Amino acid sequence: MLEGIGLKKYFAAKSGFAVGRSGGWVKALDGVSVQVAEGETLGIVGESGSGKTTLAKLFLLLERPTAGTLRFDGKDTTAFDRADLKRYRRSVQAVFQDPYSSLNPRMRVADIVAEPLPADGGESRAVVAERVREVLQLVGLRRESGALYPHEFSGGQRQRIAIARALVTYPKFLVLDEPVSALDVSIRAQILNLLKRLQDELALAYVIISHDLAAARYLATRLAVMYAGKLVEVGECDSVYTEPLHPYTEALLSAALPLRPGARRQRIVLGGEVPDPVNPPDGCRFHPRCPRALAQCAREEPEWKEVKPGRFTACHLY
Amino acid sequence: MTRASDSTPLLVVEDLKTHFFTRRGVTKAVDGVSFTLHAGQTLALVGESGCGKSVTCLSLVRLVPEPAGRIVGGRVLFEGQDLLQKSSAEMRRIRGKQIAMVLQDPMTSLNPALTIGTQVAEVVRLHQGLRGASLRQRVLEALRRLRISAADTRLSHYPHQFSGGMRQRVSSAIALSCGPRLLIADEPTTSLDVTIQAQYLDLLREVQASAGVAVILVTHDFGIVAAIADRVAVMYAGRIVEMGSTAQIFDRPSHPYTRALLRCLPAGERGRQPLVEIGGQPPDLARLPDGCPFVPRCPDRRAICETRFPPAVAIAPGHEAHCWAVAPEDPPAINPGAIETVGGYGGGATPAPPHLY
Repeated sequence: MLEGIGLKKYFAAKSGFAVGRSGGWVKALDGVSVQVAEGETLGIVGESGSGKTTLAKLFLLLERPTAGTLRFDGKDTTAFDRADLKRYRRSVQAVFQDPYSSLNPRMRVADIVAEPLPADGGESRAVVAERVREVLQLVGLRRESGALYPHEFSGGQRQRIAIARALVTYPKFLVLDEPVSALDVSIRAQILNLLKRLQDELALAYVIISHDLAAARYLATRLAVMYAGKLVEVGECDSVYTEPLHPYTEALLSAALPLRPGARRQRIVLGGEVPDPVNPPDGCRFHPRCPRALAQCAREEPEWKEVKPGRFTACHLY
Repeated sequence: MTRASDSTPLLVVEDLKTHFFTRRGVTKAVDGVSFTLHAGQTLALVGESGCGKSVTCLSLVRLVPEPAGRIVGGRVLFEGQDLLQKSSAEMRRIRGKQIAMVLQDPMTSLNPALTIGTQVAEVVRLHQGLRGASLRQRVLEALRRLRISAADTRLSHYPHQFSGGMRQRVSSAIALSCGPRLLIADEPTTSLDVTIQAQYLDLLREVQASAGVAVILVTHDFGIVAAIADRVAVMYAGRIVEMGSTAQIFDRPSHPYTRALLRCLPAGERGRQPLVEIGGQPPDLARLPDGCPFVPRCPDRRAICETRFPPAVAIAPGHEAHCWAVAPEDPPAINPGAIETVGGYGGGATPAPPHLY
């Protein structure tokens, strides 16, 4: 169980050429609480700048939270000792968006895939080599592919290599940051099917970050919608899709283009832009663009509450 | 050629071929592309990366990177004149004025060191010779038409001070500022967020309707196609493999590649069955097979596919596919009126017999 409680991440904002710090703080993540249970898939959707990737980096311990705690099996990650940390890094692995930049072009595939296994892991070379061949086969590549370099593979195959690298440590959680966005449409289906199959076979939990709502829906069991550094809605995936609670979720889902020409749809086209993360609006961060804003939305920040069983949102309408 | 629309087409592309001459050999990026486009119409060029969509667009305006890339054949008739015969000076007068382009990433297509005002004004000044107050007036109009609020203060701002969606509106304002007849939009919303994409597409359609501009829209997203295209050309390995009206393509996709592309998309409503995959990889354009380039990935292949590229087969008026699987057993002469392209199969090593036309 991976659990974030009140996670915040602020980055120092630099403005222009000014020396020193004058720009305040970019509130990339501003109080996000979220859990991922074993075996489930949490989809995190939102537009650029909503804090999705920052959240992923916190999960991967690539950034330390400014405030809030991240717990793994009940233990605070900041209190981890060396052994805990090792266990964590083996259990939580990542697949990134662009398989062209996430694989070192100067390493052989076998070395890339073996890299997450620590040098002092106690495994002999033969065991490591066998494990590498095993995961390569698992992701649908030839067992002998390890001898080649990344440039000898196509985009889809590279993403398979990246997935193999993530699987080599027998993880329980995979953080997938836009795993199919950089791939061609015909390759996307291959990778999405692969991720689905791996999850069924290996009982993995996924955190899938995506701006592609269709891809997120295909994999996710629960969906978290983010806007300007905050969660606006969390719930069981299908019910969020069929009956979105928060006006932003509604607008985001309605902005997805249907695959039918001339489809009549209730489209909510949002005016305005995503707010400045340095000076987010008071009250609800969505209120300047919200088609259903109330007077209090500009003043009071809405509370995070369970509106229906398993359906959480932060909105004054409920 | 009789077509639903009687007007002469704005753009006729015939058997366009653009090849790249590299050390590895000749890469046939565009290999026999033909289509027509009428004023005010939107044609979507759909396909995966490397299928020749962008090179087709660059060829139309003669911006193929030379000397590696060369247009080696075909005609591009724009308002009846062959653009491939124009001098570079003539092309410079056409580009930006009669034919304008919007590119994928406004962050790289706008100059970061110049203000928005300067960049919009440059086009208007060059093509319309305006100066001073009237120039400024035109620039403001162009920006306002693309809903850039507070346009007069925004003139002195630099690209980095705009959001992604606004930057794409600014590039579109530049493109539309001289009242072009044809707008080529190469993946204009790929770098935008979904809600901003919806805004931009609505605006594009509105401006297009009011100005009567024809649009060639390059995309890989069938959602965008469904939303704004009148006609669709599906490209694979440098050729158009299927072309028809948007409704025809969605209702009756006839080429196995089009069908696969439409089926492999996760469409929420369809629940959680495994997605239909297209196996294999797109082909290497420097080593194209003699026959149909889709053969290795095609679920419906037959012996003839290996040796000969299929001719255009009419599925319905205005709808055709290059596929042996939909070709009649003993090919009769196809009603030529139903076929929109001319000589559309391109020059494979063994061209299809002429009686098919």
